[in-house]
Amino acid sequence: MSPITLILIAMGLGLAGWLAGRAKAWSFQSSDPALRPASRPIYHAWYVALWVVLPVLAFIAVWSAIAPQLVLQTVLASPAAGDLPAFGFERAAFLGEARAVALGNAPGVFNDEAEPLIAPFRDAIGHYNIIGAIVTVLIALAGGALAFLRLRPDFRARNKVERTVMMILLLASLVAILTTLGIFGSLVFETVRFFGIVSPIDFLFGTFWGPDTMVSPEATDSSRYGAVPLFWGTIFIGAIIAMIVAIPLGLMSAIYLTQYADPRVRTWVKPLLEILAGVPTVVYGYFAALTLAPLIRDAAVAIGITGASTESALAAGVVMGVMIIPFVSSMADDSMAAVPGAMRDGSLAMGATKSETIRRVLFPAALPGIVAGIMLAVSRAIGETMIVVMAASPAANLTANPLEPMSTVTVQIVKLLTGEQSTDHPATLSAFALGFVLFMVTLALNFIALRVVKRFREAYE
Amino acid sequence: MSTSALSAAGETAQSTRPTRTPVFERRLAKRYRDERNFRLLGLAAVSFSLGVLVFLLGNMLINGIGGFQRAELTVTIDFPESGVTGDAVSLTAPSAAQTLEMQGLPDVVAFYAEQQLGAEAAAELSIDGWRDVSAALADDPTLIERSATFELAASSALAAGMQGEGPPEMQALAKRLVDEGKLARNWDWGFLSRSDATSPQAVGIWGALKGTMLTMLVTLVLAFPIGVLSALYLEEYAPRNRWTDLIEVSISNLAAVPSIIFGLLGLSIFLAIFPNLRSAPLIGGMTLALMTMPVIVISGRNAIKAVPPSIRDGALAIGASPVQVVFHHVLPLAMPGMLTGTIIGMARALGETAPLLLIGMRAFVATPPDGFTSPATVLPMQIFLWSDEIDRGFVERTSAAIIVLLVFLLAMNGLAIYLRNKFEKRW
Repeated sequence: MSPITLILIAMGLGLAGWLAGRAKAWSFQSSDPALRPASRPIYHAWYVALWVVLPVLAFIAVWSAIAPQLVLQTVLASPAAGDLPAFGFERAAFLGEARAVALGNAPGVFNDEAEPLIAPFRDAIGHYNIIGAIVTVLIALAGGALAFLRLRPDFRARNKVERTVMMILLLASLVAILTTLGIFGSLVFETVRFFGIVSPIDFLFGTFWGPDTMVSPEATDSSRYGAVPLFWGTIFIGAIIAMIVAIPLGLMSAIYLTQYADPRVRTWVKPLLEILAGVPTVVYGYFAALTLAPLIRDAAVAIGITGASTESALAAGVVMGVMIIPFVSSMADDSMAAVPGAMRDGSLAMGATKSETIRRVLFPAALPGIVAGIMLAVSRAIGETMIVVMAASPAANLTANPLEPMSTVTVQIVKLLTGEQSTDHPATLSAFALGFVLFMVTLALNFIALRVVKRFREAYE
Repeated sequence: MSTSALSAAGETAQSTRPTRTPVFERRLAKRYRDERNFRLLGLAAVSFSLGVLVFLLGNMLINGIGGFQRAELTVTIDFPESGVTGDAVSLTAPSAAQTLEMQGLPDVVAFYAEQQLGAEAAAELSIDGWRDVSAALADDPTLIERSATFELAASSALAAGMQGEGPPEMQALAKRLVDEGKLARNWDWGFLSRSDATSPQAVGIWGALKGTMLTMLVTLVLAFPIGVLSALYLEEYAPRNRWTDLIEVSISNLAAVPSIIFGLLGLSIFLAIFPNLRSAPLIGGMTLALMTMPVIVISGRNAIKAVPPSIRDGALAIGASPVQVVFHHVLPLAMPGMLTGTIIGMARALGETAPLLLIGMRAFVATPPDGFTSPATVLPMQIFLWSDEIDRGFVERTSAAIIVLLVFLLAMNGLAIYLRNKFEKRW
């Protein structure tokens, strides 16, 4: 029986408990104010329901983890399992096939050796399904009965229920910490394994990137894991080309919309610009790869530059820059709005033109905020994946020519993890090391940027 | 009198004003010129950004219109003559396609095609063309009693020839068939109801769309309650201590972490726990839920902050417990804002591809997924997979899929804006 069925059973029993608890609590009602129940009937109902559902959910979580193991043990103990190969790949394959057929997920077995195992599997699964269902119902009844018997007019059901609600709220907010720890832990774990094979010095300062997924892990050539070309490609595309596009356009758009444009124009144009940030990155990638890249290549060939590639860094960087425009624009908008109006008015009163006020007063005053916004934009650009996966090159290349193909950290992560390598190969592990570097860099950029923004806000408050 | 006095004063001032030298005039003109140029520069930046947007969307639209059409050959089949038989029951049975195949329907279709179009053109009929015939028979079993005309998918080579691409002989053949009125580009509603295939003439997006819906459902069911509950805890109950700070830092960091990192997390944790669920909507949804949750928490906290303290004080004053205050008063008032944030977060998750790429949702899935644990793909992933195809016919199909994706995103964002405008309260 699948966990979902068990959960539905638990929900049904919980509803029954809820109704029973409420019915009992209604019977406590009396017209004598001295005998008024301590809690309203609904809290009694929830109290019983929680006592039914929570223990059952805990049991289901444990049971769905151990039941397959119990089934496997039973099957292995049956006489039909005697003919199985002692260990290795085939044994697991036969067992897996027989289980799939017994569960009804597959029409038949591929290997004849798995055929005799189907019946034991079917028996064992049926057996443990019944046990699981019975235990579920028993726990639900026990919990419900325990709670039900406690209900009395002076029982403080509300306090108990509210304490449980608070626990659930706390648990929900702990998910964020767990996720952060999960990301950090898994990245660090795999990165340490990688650095056990390839030294960090080679990784961080080597200038040749070409992981060989064909060689065995023992024969790893450390010099093939120099990530400098990837770091350079990432910085060149995400922090240089994209920012050359995004900073002027974003800043000038923000200035025009906040300082010059008619408010009516602004209310229409600003959401339209925001659409640029909402277009999925896979669409940008498609646009960069199929429309812009050939255009740039043809243009380069037309003015006599040879060796221009359709996987040029320029196409990916420009499209990424376009994607970032609304982000830079809204950050600049916020920082300039935070500059006190008196500074602006003072400058205008001295006879400066609007553009002089913006360039000499508003912009310098808002600079820390704008710089922080640009750092956030850079952190977003270097972590961007789909545009570069589709438009940049899979081959790493250390060059400063924007028309040549270039690869980035994210491209390599995708390339190394979507193949068919084993999880122990240094090529696979190197993807996690790259991910770790990316994670730390974006984290640092965000941390510094948020600090700057905070201090900048305080300076004017 | 006063005006003339003023103007007289002005004239004397102008004539005696020492600063209006020619140098000053030139400088002033330059300053005004700079002002105008600066303003034009800003206008140019806005226009350029909007121009790129229009170009991008227009490009997709023009390409995508073609993706909703396909080249079809007209073939008339005389069923009584062909010997293919059946009745209303057998033709609508689930096994109708096999029954008809046993009766030789594919050969019958090929025969009539050869007779009417010539051997050359009949060879360019899609191999699965007879399946469309069998589907048409299932829709209307009475067709079997007479001669009926069908429009069947042409091969992708002929479709390319029709658009002036590919080998010259194919272009000539396409031109001849078009002139004879036997080849035409028709609206292909099947694009919305079929799944992935190897030929661009036979593909559809229903499989990917269904995978997207299942994945989004998992994401919503996980991210929405967790996000709303953590927002409530952090904003209403959390004591100011180191643990709370840690939670807040975690959430703001998670909101800024690149999406591909969530893919690494899904790969090394979720897939390690459920190795058999590679490519399943369940795992994809769980990964995207972790990515969406911080967005919901942050927007949820802003929505809760916007509820005025007087509401809380009022409820507390008449004896409500802190939990009752929040669940009976604050939460309902903050809900529109939270829903808006949730829709925006879900729209982001809907367009996300990178984390799903890492957890293996890039499989070729030719049948729509039938559950949360069966192999599936999602719409952005389908776009990515098709964009890698060599066959030119996929270019238009990819753009058409992009249009469908953009329509969904637009609808979600529109709903968010509508909710915000309808329920936003100024206290």
